[in-house]
Amino acid sequence: MTIHLSIVLFLPLAAGLVGAALGARLVRWVVLAGTVLVLAYALVILVDFDAGSAGLQYVTDDEWISELGIRYELGVDGLNLFMIVLTAVAWVPCTLVACFREHERPRLFFFNVALAETAVLGAFMAQDLALFIVFFDLMLVPFYFLIGGWGQGDRVRATTKFVIYTLAGSLLMLAGAVALGVLSTPDGGQISFSLAELEQRSVSEGTQQWIVLLFALAFFVKAPLFPLHGWVPDTYRSTPIVVLALLSGVLSKVGVYGFLRIVLPVMPEGSQHWQELFIIVAVFSILYGSVLAFSQDNVRLVVAYSSIAQLGFIVLGIFALDDKGAQGAVFQMLNHGLVVVPLFLIIGVIALRANGSESVARLGGMAFRAPVLAALFLLVTFATLAMPGSANFVGELLVLFGAFEDKLVYGLVASVGVVLAGVYMIRVFQRTMHNREGPPVESRDVGGLDLAAIAPLVAVIVALGVYPHFVVERTEAATVQKIEQARAFGGEQEARAPGGQRTSLPPPGDEP
Amino acid sequence: MILPLADVPAPEIDYRELSPIMATVGGSIVVLMVGLLRSPFARRTLVPALTAVTLLAAIGLTIWIWEPGDREPIIVRALAMDTLTLGVSILFFVSGLVTIVLSLRSDAPREAGHGEYYSLLLGTITGMVVLAGAENLITLFVGLELLSIPLYVLCATELRRRTSLESGLKYLIIGSVGSATLLYGLALIYGAAGSTQFSGIETAIGERVGLSDPLLLTGIALAATGLAFKASVAPFHQWTPDVYQGAPTPITAFMAVATKAAAFAVFLRLFDSTLGLSQLQWAPALAALATATIVIGNVGAIAQRSLKRLLAWSGVAQAGYLLAGVVVASELGLRATAFYLAVYLLMNAAAFAVVVARERVSEHGDDLASLELLGRTQPWLAWPMTIAMLSLAGFPATAGFIGKFYLIDASVAGDYTWLGIVIVVGSVVSLVYYLRVVAVMWMGRYEVELPGLPRRRVKPVAGWSPEADARAQPEVAAVAIVFAAATIAFGLAPDPLFDAARDVGTALSNLR
Repeated sequence: MTIHLSIVLFLPLAAGLVGAALGARLVRWVVLAGTVLVLAYALVILVDFDAGSAGLQYVTDDEWISELGIRYELGVDGLNLFMIVLTAVAWVPCTLVACFREHERPRLFFFNVALAETAVLGAFMAQDLALFIVFFDLMLVPFYFLIGGWGQGDRVRATTKFVIYTLAGSLLMLAGAVALGVLSTPDGGQISFSLAELEQRSVSEGTQQWIVLLFALAFFVKAPLFPLHGWVPDTYRSTPIVVLALLSGVLSKVGVYGFLRIVLPVMPEGSQHWQELFIIVAVFSILYGSVLAFSQDNVRLVVAYSSIAQLGFIVLGIFALDDKGAQGAVFQMLNHGLVVVPLFLIIGVIALRANGSESVARLGGMAFRAPVLAALFLLVTFATLAMPGSANFVGELLVLFGAFEDKLVYGLVASVGVVLAGVYMIRVFQRTMHNREGPPVESRDVGGLDLAAIAPLVAVIVALGVYPHFVVERTEAATVQKIEQARAFGGEQEARAPGGQRTSLPPPGDEP
Repeated sequence: MILPLADVPAPEIDYRELSPIMATVGGSIVVLMVGLLRSPFARRTLVPALTAVTLLAAIGLTIWIWEPGDREPIIVRALAMDTLTLGVSILFFVSGLVTIVLSLRSDAPREAGHGEYYSLLLGTITGMVVLAGAENLITLFVGLELLSIPLYVLCATELRRRTSLESGLKYLIIGSVGSATLLYGLALIYGAAGSTQFSGIETAIGERVGLSDPLLLTGIALAATGLAFKASVAPFHQWTPDVYQGAPTPITAFMAVATKAAAFAVFLRLFDSTLGLSQLQWAPALAALATATIVIGNVGAIAQRSLKRLLAWSGVAQAGYLLAGVVVASELGLRATAFYLAVYLLMNAAAFAVVVARERVSEHGDDLASLELLGRTQPWLAWPMTIAMLSLAGFPATAGFIGKFYLIDASVAGDYTWLGIVIVVGSVVSLVYYLRVVAVMWMGRYEVELPGLPRRRVKPVAGWSPEADARAQPEVAAVAIVFAAATIAFGLAPDPLFDAARDVGTALSNLR
């Protein structure tokens, strides 16, 4: 029982409240200080983390709403360790960049930024299903205000669409979660939403199937994956770039993380039942996202659709239900976040030098006067397209290994996505950095502030490319355990089925 | 011939348990008399003050006689002052207090006479308490009429406004149809069971009367219809938007909360407890009504510009959610319904307070446009409204989320999982209009594709200066802030409400 996670969790919110109380001039620095402290704390946890253990560490477990069986239960293991670190890492540069931009009503803006960090951290830390949903939904509130209040274009429409899409999924998940909690309660027992408890209890296979479907709906919308990505274009166009970096880099991971944390261990039969469907969705997302990324003119949308493809890879890795695939997925979750955040920050820098234009057709020729910017962009581009030597390469390779193991055909189709990623990312890089200078472009190199925000992220990307083992060794134990849990049922069934046939006669009248 | 008096046994009356009703009746008479005094001080200050004192005294007495458990009804078993009655009574009293505060600067009491206005308010509250506690078909009908008749008058108290008169007349006609239907239903139930006592009916069902006795079933259907009129359950909800819009806004706030609570108290007592044995017969029908109500209410609200109409439609939808707690006929359902009624009071009081405040000073009246950019000009009104809307929509960290969670919990536990999913789907649809209100306040002009309303002349409360107007009604803003704060507080720490709900749950001992 420790208080460390609670401190990390509520530090940003506290900073936001204090900042908002202190006034419009100070609020940004207080919130920035909060994010830096969170990062420091998260790094301490990362160093202190016991890599060999698959169990939860730094557990906080308290009663919250006893009547409904909801507990305030937080914990860290290999699955969410790097998600927490990613959140802490991503918030610092984004807040930093935001600090030096002018915002109307800064108190509300920075309070929302801080609240968003608390909500995302909470979703990653929660070890109670209901608590997870609380934070999952709470995330929407700050983003609703951030997009609607400080976005561009048709922002109100965009933010409404975003919230309705996401909440439609997550409210259905809420219904599924309540059903899971109630139906798994043994006679006379106390209802519980604690994940550890739910893993012990069980519900019938038929129930699991539809509950898994509700959860998948929520997570696929959030990710976003192919048929449920309708909110993406509007939202990505309207969101302020700093917020978009967080939205795309960190928020999208909450959904896929939910599969590993909740769906696989708690509802193994249901997960196996839909495995094929989810893999097909993932493969479709890879192809669809890659093709659309190639045909977009807006740089943001290129990244948006490439994210759909990347998240398709992650879901493929998870539902290959294979140790390697899941490890690759967990690794890719981190990598994608680390790549997308600087990518959007760079797009913001580029837009500043092109009179606000983010159209591929109108950009170009920036590299000549901005070599540092071009170099940073190139490194990030290589990481995104999973160049050998980058961490993303390792991640995607693991995912594909996992897929080849069991689902060879899907794996082969998915690997086309790797090639396509190269095509669309290099296209963006060429069209913005090289070629003839576009009409609105006034190139100058990256400034000290933006460099301070982007360069450390790029350094982390490079470092992970050199030494991916740092992540893999810490995530391995927990990931393998979750996959084991998901496969345990199927293994038992397979083992049981032939044995049963041999020893006992089939019951008469059972066959039509 | 004169009856020998000694042969008529005087009923024994437990004055202790009757005390809250005696307080409101007595207060009603005193207030009416004081209202006859000449001095403006007596009429404008003393009358509301005495009304408030009466209600506070009633709250105090209610807490004094609060005792969990299935209580023996008092006055020849006609009235049960159990925790269910007392629990909803507190809601009536609190919403009465809110109405007093909101009415202080209204036209309605001035035009109709202060004494009459507040006396009628206390009269209708008395009717509600009697209705909620009725243990006898006769008491039930007396309570219903005592509730309805003063309310018809109160709706028409803005004598110089045509819509207010229209609202009163409409409510009178439709309310009478509802009462007549209910009366007919009660008569048939009496005919089938041979007793007006709830306990007598309960023992008769299953013993002397078959569960599918046509007389009984017709009676139940008609009684449900009559109550559905009062609770504005679709398809008997058509009066709601018109009456809500036309009535003086403080009265609308009162109707929205208190009338609904009273009607649901009867639903719970009559259906879940007395007719509980035939639950299998009536539950599917009520579940269908709940579904229709949720769909119709939420879809109806989407097209509204008038905030009062919007809240009316949203109230219809919320009645559908509440009905889910009745359908399952379990102790959990009873608790969840009671809990949600309390939460509903908090959210609606905050929302209506803001509507009252804006309606008095804005040239747009209660149109959505009256809230435009409220976040910048009057954040102390915008925040409560935002919280109320998010809570009505069921966002976490608000009491509305917990309430919905509880209702879904009860539905699933009562084998009505699909009804839980209907609640969730309804909530998703409701986002469209709740978020629109939030967007208008914080994100500027929101184009709603509806014809614009003609501007109206207002009689500002503090001259013609918008700044002075904004600060002219601190008591209304205080109501909004207090109830919004309570919405958040009970969203984070709902245990006190759960304790009360658990007490209420003990009131009907024969539930599952």
